[in-house]
Amino acid sequence: MDYKVFLIKYAEIGTKGKNRYVFEDIMCKRMRARLKPLGKFEVKREYGRIFVEAHSEYDYDDVMKVLGTIFGVVGICPVVVVEDTAFENISKAVVDYVANEYKNKDFTFKVHARRNDKNYPKSSMELNCDLGAALLESFPELKVDVHEPEVMINVEVRNVAYIYSKTIPGPGGLPVGTNGKGMVLLSGGIDSPVSAYMIAKRGVELEAVYFHAPPYTSERAKQKVIDLGNLVAQYSGPIKLHIVNFTDVQLAIYDNCPHDELTIIMKRVFYKMAQELALANDCQCIITGESIGQVSSQTVQSLSVIDLAADKLPVMRPCIGMDKQEIIDISEKIGTYETSIQPYEDCCTTFVAKHPVTRPKLDKILESEKALEGKIEELYQKAMETVEVVYCR
Amino acid sequence: MEAYFDNAATTAVFPEVKDIMIKLMDEDYGNPSSLHMKGVEAERYIKTATTQIAKELKCQEKEIVFTSGGTEANNMAIIGGAMAHRRAGKHIITSEIEHASVSATMDFLAKEGYEISVVGVDSVGKLKLDELKATLRPDTILVSVMYVNNEIGAIQPVEEIGKIIKDYNSSILYHIDAVQAFGKLRFTPKKLGADLLSISGHKIHGPKGSGVLYIKEKTLIRPIIYGGGQQKAMRSGTENVPAIAGMGLAAELMYKNHDAKMEHIRGLKEAFIDKVTTLENVFDNSGEAPHIASVSFVGIRSEVMLHALEERGVYVSSGSACSSNKPHVSNVLKAIGLDNTKLESTLRFSFSEFNTMEQVEYAVQVIEEILPVFRRYIRK
Repeated sequence: MDYKVFLIKYAEIGTKGKNRYVFEDIMCKRMRARLKPLGKFEVKREYGRIFVEAHSEYDYDDVMKVLGTIFGVVGICPVVVVEDTAFENISKAVVDYVANEYKNKDFTFKVHARRNDKNYPKSSMELNCDLGAALLESFPELKVDVHEPEVMINVEVRNVAYIYSKTIPGPGGLPVGTNGKGMVLLSGGIDSPVSAYMIAKRGVELEAVYFHAPPYTSERAKQKVIDLGNLVAQYSGPIKLHIVNFTDVQLAIYDNCPHDELTIIMKRVFYKMAQELALANDCQCIITGESIGQVSSQTVQSLSVIDLAADKLPVMRPCIGMDKQEIIDISEKIGTYETSIQPYEDCCTTFVAKHPVTRPKLDKILESEKALEGKIEELYQKAMETVEVVYCR
Repeated sequence: MEAYFDNAATTAVFPEVKDIMIKLMDEDYGNPSSLHMKGVEAERYIKTATTQIAKELKCQEKEIVFTSGGTEANNMAIIGGAMAHRRAGKHIITSEIEHASVSATMDFLAKEGYEISVVGVDSVGKLKLDELKATLRPDTILVSVMYVNNEIGAIQPVEEIGKIIKDYNSSILYHIDAVQAFGKLRFTPKKLGADLLSISGHKIHGPKGSGVLYIKEKTLIRPIIYGGGQQKAMRSGTENVPAIAGMGLAAELMYKNHDAKMEHIRGLKEAFIDKVTTLENVFDNSGEAPHIASVSFVGIRSEVMLHALEERGVYVSSGSACSSNKPHVSNVLKAIGLDNTKLESTLRFSFSEFNTMEQVEYAVQVIEEILPVFRRYIRK
């Protein structure tokens, strides 16, 4: 089928009162930007709805893929356009449409017609009946069910006529840029890109931070994080990725703190650095991929101790109550899984104790961190001053 | 200073090779199958390259087939050989330290119903000849063995292996993967008793995407690529003329002043091993190949050491990729019986004629500096 128009369905932003137009504007803008490389498209708002019109050749799958990354879009309906709105034309087009779209005609249906042009010779009711009759005549296996039809054939008559019945689900959520900005800790694993996606889905713009520890982590591990940033940016829009060289700080922690606490103390420094970067870049929250109990540093006790290191901003953990498989399912759906599992993990295992604490106590950790005083500040400063910025898009 | 010691992975292209390849893309870009002048010109380059390779292998020109590299040559020899001889039997023999382009091809054939026997090696990586003799069977159709091992540089007694095979049954195909040997050792397939022998261009300062399979006259193998019948239908597809010409020239240049060059390269390797093994807990696992040194820095994960060297301009390879979940360990290092501390700490340094003694000294100095630093940070 050759579709010239797509009807964009959105639900939640419709409920936002006067802000609705702001939300719609942002969503349309994002669609325009993402569709631009795929051909000539017009995104327009009409009669309280959003339409995407193709004015050039395009690849259907590519367009669906791109529209499927726009938060706020609940569904995409491919629309067949009938230029000449004479009833016989519309009737023929509706029959052709059903013939092409549904191989198996054994279903119940209802025609839902609307007309903008009140001078059109048939009323909406008449259109419903006459088009329904035309369909039944062509496909005797069809059955009408006006209450709970399996297929709703929508027909809209204006200067041209639109026919559509199928809705391809969109990602839902809210348009990015309508809900502030967050700083996500990207590790290169499976969870953090998923958490970034989930927060962006609620309309939050993203920046990201990655802690690089050469030579314990490789250039390829860093490239993998950049690749993941690029993948998430397909949904969230451009991400400013801050790459912190963490090696010296890490070695200082190793030299001065008990080994079973290394991970806890290291993650507390991650949070502090992330918070500093977040505040400097107008982010209102920190985002992590932590999930309760997944590793020793993600027990509730560990999280509570780590959490306090970010004392000025909330830490959001959208994966917190999810099982690994649930997280994997989302990462596969959004297309980050393949990249996340590439085996450039890191050699940071050097800095993971064989038996790390699982129930750290805050006062004990604070006591251990005292050993870093006078040793870490300069290294911390240097790490923050030498941050490398990469733009993921 | 920069020191590229990863020449067993790939080499810098000779400037002369680069020049001829550019000319072939700029001016003499014809299709060798075309009937007009441009085609004839292109064909001449292939002829020249064939002559150059045949001269170094001391073989006939018709025994040479150009491929897309060592991997394709190995695939063609093994799959093409196995298919052509499957009526005589389905038993194939190989060793446990082969390159993936051989071992993965064997895995493929195993799934296709062939029976693959893998002969072990001793602690220096040499094929156990008694085991080989015991493995030969009446239905054995092919033996594939690597000449110089790419990870440790062990040299197989390929001539002796050839004799053993042919004494047992002269119709068994003998394939040698000589990718790491060509350009470094002087040999001829005929003297080694090989029916099939693979070499690659980019290990000898030629271009990537170039390789040759030597097919001894009257040896029957099936092509694995079909099409327009180029290269006497053994390898269809328009010839990659720039790569072929580049490889031919590289082979000629590689064997010019060969003894002096190899003396230089071997000198670098030996000096490096001598110096570096004086450091504490550093062990040498190298074989006799002139260009490959395999060294274990016990106490430092090889990937960490690799990146630490890289930060200081020294480029090497690790046999094993380190990952926090499942350490992937080299099957070659395992086969020669290295213990775990060495398995996870071994690096390969491989040299070329472009390397200098200063670079070796620099690398040793860097290693001496970083060893104590990185040995301080171990998992506790």
